[in-house]
Amino acid sequence: MKQEKGKEKRKILVCAGTGCLSTGALSLIQELNQEIEAQGLTEQVTVVPTGCHGFCEQGPTLIFEPEQTLYVQVKKQDISEIIDKEFKQDLRIERLLYQDPLTGKKTETFANTNFFVKQERIVLQNCGFIDPENIEDYLARDGYKGLMTALKQKSPDEVIEEVKKSGLRGRGGAGFPTGLKWSFCRQTHADKKYVICNADEGDPGAFMDRGVLEGDPHSVIEGMLIGAYGIGSDEGYIYCRAEYPLAIKHLKKAIKDAEEAGFLGENILGSGFNFKLYIRAGAGAFVCGEETALMASIEGKRGMPRARPPFPAQKGLWDKPTNINNVETWSSVPHILRRGAQWYTQYGTEKSKGTKIFALTGKVNNTGLVEVPMGITLREIIFDIGGGIQDNKKYKAVQIGGPSGGCLPESLLDLAVDYESLTSVGAMVGSGGLVVMDETTCMVDIARFFVNFSQKESCGKCTPCREGNKRMFEILDRITQGKGQLEDLEKLEKLARVIKDSSLCGLGQNAPNPVLASLKYFRDEFLSHILDNQCPAGVCTAFLSYHIDNELCKKCGLCVKNCPVNAISGDKHTPYSIDLETCIKCGICVEKCKFAAVVRSGKE
Amino acid sequence: MEWLTLTIDGKEVSVPKGITVLEACRQHNIRIPTLCHDPSLTNTAACRLCVVEIEGIRNLPASCVTIATQGMVIRTGSDRVKEARKTILELLVANHPLDCMTCQKMGNCSLAQYAYEYGVSGDVFQGDKRELPLDDSNPFIIRDSSKCILCGKCVRACQEEQVNGVLDFFARGFQTQVGPAFNSKLAESECVFCGSCVAVCPVGALTERQMAGKGRPWEITKVQTTCPYCGTGCNFDLNVREGKVIGVTSNSDAPVNGRMLCVKGRFGFDLIHNPERLTTPLIKKKGKFVEASWDEALDLVADKFTEIVQVHGPDTLAALSSAHCTNEENYLMQKFMRAVIGTNNVDHCART
Amino acid sequence: MAGLAISFGSGAMTNSIGEIPDSQVLLIVGSNPTSAHPIIGAKMKQALRKGAKLIVVDPRKTEMAQRADVWLRVRPGTDVPLANGLAHIILKNGWEDQEFINTRTEGFEELREHLQKFPPEVVSEITGISEEQLVEAARIYATAEKSQIFYTLGITQHVNGTDNVMCLANLAMLTGNVGKTSSGVNPLRGQNNVQGACDMGALPNVYPGYQAVKDQESREKFEGAWKVTLNETPGLMIPDMFPAATEKNIRGMYIMGEDPILTDADSNHVRKGLQALDFLVVQDLFLTETAKLADVILPAASFAEKTGTFTNTERRVQMVNQAIQPIGNSKTDQEIICELARRMGAGDSFNYKNSEEVMKEIAGLTPQYAGISRERLGKKGLQWPVPTSDHPGTPFLHEGRFTRGKGCFKAIEHTLPAELPDAEFPFLLNTGRILAHYNVMSRNSKALDNYSPEELAELNPQDARKLKIADGECVRISSRRGVLETKIRVTDRVSSGTVFMTLHYKESPANVLTNSGYDKVTKTYEYKVCGVKVEKIER
Repeated sequence: MKQEKGKEKRKILVCAGTGCLSTGALSLIQELNQEIEAQGLTEQVTVVPTGCHGFCEQGPTLIFEPEQTLYVQVKKQDISEIIDKEFKQDLRIERLLYQDPLTGKKTETFANTNFFVKQERIVLQNCGFIDPENIEDYLARDGYKGLMTALKQKSPDEVIEEVKKSGLRGRGGAGFPTGLKWSFCRQTHADKKYVICNADEGDPGAFMDRGVLEGDPHSVIEGMLIGAYGIGSDEGYIYCRAEYPLAIKHLKKAIKDAEEAGFLGENILGSGFNFKLYIRAGAGAFVCGEETALMASIEGKRGMPRARPPFPAQKGLWDKPTNINNVETWSSVPHILRRGAQWYTQYGTEKSKGTKIFALTGKVNNTGLVEVPMGITLREIIFDIGGGIQDNKKYKAVQIGGPSGGCLPESLLDLAVDYESLTSVGAMVGSGGLVVMDETTCMVDIARFFVNFSQKESCGKCTPCREGNKRMFEILDRITQGKGQLEDLEKLEKLARVIKDSSLCGLGQNAPNPVLASLKYFRDEFLSHILDNQCPAGVCTAFLSYHIDNELCKKCGLCVKNCPVNAISGDKHTPYSIDLETCIKCGICVEKCKFAAVVRSGKE
Repeated sequence: MEWLTLTIDGKEVSVPKGITVLEACRQHNIRIPTLCHDPSLTNTAACRLCVVEIEGIRNLPASCVTIATQGMVIRTGSDRVKEARKTILELLVANHPLDCMTCQKMGNCSLAQYAYEYGVSGDVFQGDKRELPLDDSNPFIIRDSSKCILCGKCVRACQEEQVNGVLDFFARGFQTQVGPAFNSKLAESECVFCGSCVAVCPVGALTERQMAGKGRPWEITKVQTTCPYCGTGCNFDLNVREGKVIGVTSNSDAPVNGRMLCVKGRFGFDLIHNPERLTTPLIKKKGKFVEASWDEALDLVADKFTEIVQVHGPDTLAALSSAHCTNEENYLMQKFMRAVIGTNNVDHCART
Repeated sequence: MAGLAISFGSGAMTNSIGEIPDSQVLLIVGSNPTSAHPIIGAKMKQALRKGAKLIVVDPRKTEMAQRADVWLRVRPGTDVPLANGLAHIILKNGWEDQEFINTRTEGFEELREHLQKFPPEVVSEITGISEEQLVEAARIYATAEKSQIFYTLGITQHVNGTDNVMCLANLAMLTGNVGKTSSGVNPLRGQNNVQGACDMGALPNVYPGYQAVKDQESREKFEGAWKVTLNETPGLMIPDMFPAATEKNIRGMYIMGEDPILTDADSNHVRKGLQALDFLVVQDLFLTETAKLADVILPAASFAEKTGTFTNTERRVQMVNQAIQPIGNSKTDQEIICELARRMGAGDSFNYKNSEEVMKEIAGLTPQYAGISRERLGKKGLQWPVPTSDHPGTPFLHEGRFTRGKGCFKAIEHTLPAELPDAEFPFLLNTGRILAHYNVMSRNSKALDNYSPEELAELNPQDARKLKIADGECVRISSRRGVLETKIRVTDRVSSGTVFMTLHYKESPANVLTNSGYDKVTKTYEYKVCGVKVEKIER
């Protein structure tokens, strides 16, 4: 029932994603509700806790509907003023508007913000605009229309055909064509088939799937329903990491509501199609994001990948044909069915269609979730959407694709982001982590960090991954400690080659990528560590040394007081000095000195 | 049967449809090293030693799980394959105690054999080595996890053959180990000491405790025989060194049990050399047993039997034959009673 | 084994161990394969891993009982009404295989009539098993394409052991579950060569190959071969030998490789009989409890020191190969017997160069072994019947035709065990084996003995509480026949009112307690049921 224009009930959309919850969104919601009641506005305004707005750097964020005013970094103290100005006086509060870090300009609405202008929000279209725990909100934004299209207008084969035509490819990283994958599973004859949603998002710094699950759980369910109908499956599992309690809570509610509304269960929408959906919480193993390990984990076994073939489409969960896609892939499907493959193909490049969500983090001004059309350049993502590098430092690299990806240098900033081009330069789309690094990042240290992650998360099954990554880590560790030798680089390259060539699963096969890419684009940094005994970024403590510039020293003694290991000596009569044997290079003296008299140098 | 044509190392060969690349190679006598593969267990493709190059496949696939297809072009000896295998062996050796001289497995160790073939030395990768406690908590199996190469054959033998599921992997990455639940000692676990894990271990991580220090493979003669315990009729090899049985090992030719045995069959052989064995005939004189010669003892028995038959009749003699003795011996016992003594009083514990 | 011989015409296991992993339904009755036949147990578990269904009939919570789809915790001694009850349910639901019944069996109408007396409500009352469980077990067994029965001493070691077996045979014939792979009735034979000892005629009523002593033709055949006149009166079975000795009807005994004091029921009556003998010869590896009573002990060689054959439970004749020389001054049983025969003037017919020559003679006289020779056995052995030298052996019996022609249904009445618990001896004693030991011989392996050094009689927690006995404490257990001391393991593996003991430990020799009541046909002792008293020993 539409109300008269102007008298429509207004909404305050409060981002209640995990990021904003951690910066106080929950108390904001309470405060807003109290204030609205106190000011007698309950008839005019509703507060809606939504999924992630994506603008995590600026959280907590509020959006006012219908005019889409965006307030950022809102605090509890701002609430009464907000209610008063916004709803009584129709005035904007200037200080809560977003200020562009590059231009310094304030923008009033969400849509006009640079962070959002270049985005193309398809999968995220509901995130931040609906109450994820309310199926009515989802339905109001054309929810389950994709399913209705599939069930009422298309045969299962036609559904698969439509997804094939859309060019949708797996958003979990490898980019396998989704429709083709479905058709394999459909073609396998069996009394039982499963569909699985891989929601075991484990890459460091990646939270795309969490955003979708928390903010728009029904879109995932609807995607799985459509897939199950196409494939001929009547049972599905969402394997979600247990570290996402909010996502699991929203999913549970969504499944219950969908069951009650007749979208899940028997004879869905009178079509004769049945589908039952369950949630399984993962127990924190990175490798369980690998599909065969994930299935083993659902079966109650140790999460370890197995060799393929047989592929899940032939023998998957409990040896039945199974189709696994990740959250973002499933969530893309309803839009394709509702609006048609033709519509979807307008986004993206020739081989990589549609949009991709990235978790933009690191030394960039606007961190958060961004959804962009395939083919956009790295530069656009980092500098236009991301607002450039923090503190006006110099860009050094972007790590793309998580622990399986690679670090790309400035020379590749104009690379179009799609599956093929990223793979060709030694990185990968991966699940979509984008970590931006500036000049203060040591690339050897970063390679060491990611290999350390991979070697710790290796399931231990196959030799090259288990033993090889450990040795790569040890070599890199030695290099960062100044004990590297030139032949170590050859050893690294040999290990990387063998691990890539002969590991059992994707985790192992891609684990050397960060090392190989770093060796390719930042070899000079490795050489500096090994030959010049220097960490150019000043990160690796082994190479750091500290001394006191007696010209600048005022002999205040603050450094002596704060040194945890008593490495500094001196008094009014004797010049201050640091005993390098004792010094642990913690850098506290540098921080404490008010006269910049303690000097850190990168060369021993 | 449908046949496929493959090219292996430049040579065209025919193999039956459905077999793996590994099987195809082995059928044509092409040597492929394997550590985790076992024909009677599922393939896990874990050790990766059997990798080969196959045209059209980006990585080096494990031949043990790759099904051969028509026209496949396989290379088993290219530099890329050799480098991968050698590196894998270097990695395993780098994390393996090099105390081969005192290792029970010496001379029978697959890792040592392949390391030798591929020219692997022990000092390519310096770094951590696992040092894990030895489990010798039980009389049968010594479990030295530091020597474990995590091929997982023991895990599969326990799960798939004996269906006990006592062993599994735990922990991750470099810390990965195999062991019973909660990493307890075998003696405190659900282990029933069938020793199937020992039978499949390619290295010295699982060895027979009773055989420790008792003989090297080249000193041992193996004699296949049938187990003397229950009626299942398992076969195994008695390991003989210098006229002494020092242990029992599985023999995969065994028609009933294959490699499987139970605690009695595998570890109960020491009754053979039990010092309490009777080694000479004994005659009871005035309530005490006195050693006697065979002539003395047998003459006495013959005389007594003859006397009883003559005085009381053949049906006052009875014999118990034995379900532990051979068919031939049972046959002779009943023949002796029937044909020599003249009675049918012969029975045995058929009912226990 | 006599029960199966009556029903089918052959008492042996109908199928092969190798068929077990492909089973669809396993019905295990009174058998604890994971302990007593571990490799067979493992193959059964392989079948379960592949999806087979499992029904276990056992008063004790064995490993297989815990893995079962249906576990029928039957009251001891009520196997006949249980099997009859299952048959009743099968007929009532039309789950029988009418064509098999019509073409392959006889006696069906009498059985049908008889089974009227065993409706579920009655059977449930007798056996202590719910009607739902009875129906479920019957449904699983009868409606599968192939079902396979296994039983051991839990069925045969009763006064009505033969009846029990015939009831199981009835079930198999009713559902057509015999005469094909992975489908039959399979007694798991206990000792390594108990099948062979029977095949070889180490029985008082038959010559090798089950050729009856009473049958003139058979007798003449052996008289011809052995060139002697044979005694035509069948001999005594073991349970009759000891009382006969006590009564001086038996004067001398020759015991080879057996320790009846420990292994036969009611040890004290065995001891009494042996002590009454004029002359006892024991031929063994060790100074056994029985050997201690001997006048002459002859030291025998172990399996590792001789060559010959064993026949396993699936009728597979396999090689025993000599690995070492006989220890000390011991000799193989073959050598000893032949030497003795020579000294008694029968040298000519006991003149064998080796065991191979003995096998040649066996093959000539034993139809089932006719085609067996040393060369043919090789590494894989042969499963009898092997009628000719080119016959490949017989993995499963009764294909198309039973050994006796038609399978024979038998209407069996329920009889009570010879002795049941009463006020004075309120506990029911059940005996069996554990994994680490085999009868008494495995105690001679130091490794096995260290691993499992002492009896741990099992007592239910409820009973233990009542008697104030804690796990690991010592008790005195007595029956009308004897008394022993043992440690207790408190466990719910046994049900309340029951004690379970093994027969492995001479320090706690369970057979001083057991009853020498025996089956009327096979004269198998009722090891499985007798009344005992349990008292805590205050120290």
